[in-house]
Amino acid sequence: MNEAGGLAALGLHGQIAVFTSAVLFVIGAIGVLMRRNVIMVFMCIELMLTAGNVALVAFSRAHGIEGHIMVFFVMAVAAAEAAVGLAIIVAIFRHYGVVDLDRFRLLRW
Amino acid sequence: MSDFLFYAFATGSVLGAIMMVTRRNPVSAVILLVGVFFSVSGMFLMLDAHYIAAINVILYGGAIMVLFLFVIMLLNQGHATWNDMRGPATTLLAGSAGVAFLAVLSHRIADGTTYAPTVDQAGQALRAQAQEMGIIGMVARPLFTDYAIVLQVTGVLLLAAMVGTIVLARKRGG
Repeated sequence: MNEAGGLAALGLHGQIAVFTSAVLFVIGAIGVLMRRNVIMVFMCIELMLTAGNVALVAFSRAHGIEGHIMVFFVMAVAAAEAAVGLAIIVAIFRHYGVVDLDRFRLLRW
Repeated sequence: MSDFLFYAFATGSVLGAIMMVTRRNPVSAVILLVGVFFSVSGMFLMLDAHYIAAINVILYGGAIMVLFLFVIMLLNQGHATWNDMRGPATTLLAGSAGVAFLAVLSHRIADGTTYAPTVDQAGQALRAQAQEMGIIGMVARPLFTDYAIVLQVTGVLLLAAMVGTIVLARKRGG
């Protein structure tokens, strides 16, 4: 894949972390597809962001500090996204009175 | 010992995530997600990312999850009333898509994986940087030099998010 034999440069912990990151991301994606409660879907998105952070930190062991910087910015954007997303959920709840994703069909066919 | 601890954090985060996705009560899901964030922070600690571990607990486990709890209570969703799982067709689709994606990822990861214990060499560069500049300094130095403009833009983004949140959540005509 890349120089120094791919993931070998990450060490044992780094390799386990990359595997864990993949599993967490898939669990989050399945949650997004499976749940209808919009708050649960939003929490699954946060889980997927965290899975990405785990992979960034793991790769940062072999490829320098930039991974940590990237995680810092991901967290800042996640905070902004959580605030705006929850505000949108509150606004939609005021309008429809439910948190069921299938009932929000103004922009759907 | 440290290997065992790392495996414990990894399995803990995965089990917590599975339980969180299957809870019907959003409040239980929030508590489980906080547990996942704590496990992930433990992994960050052992991957020589001490500062990231700290802000993960403070920002994610603290601030964002409390925000989620506030909204759940504001919308009166703190009880498991309705089953929001989709039907068997979606279950099959999501499950097979997840398994396929995980298979591809695992294949790519296993391609480059060796099973030799190279733990001591891996984080050496990071540990040397931490020795030289301190745990926070090694993140802060590039953040305020190479990435200074990105940091400013992030500040503007947070301001925009703050204003947007107030505008969105305000009552109309109130």
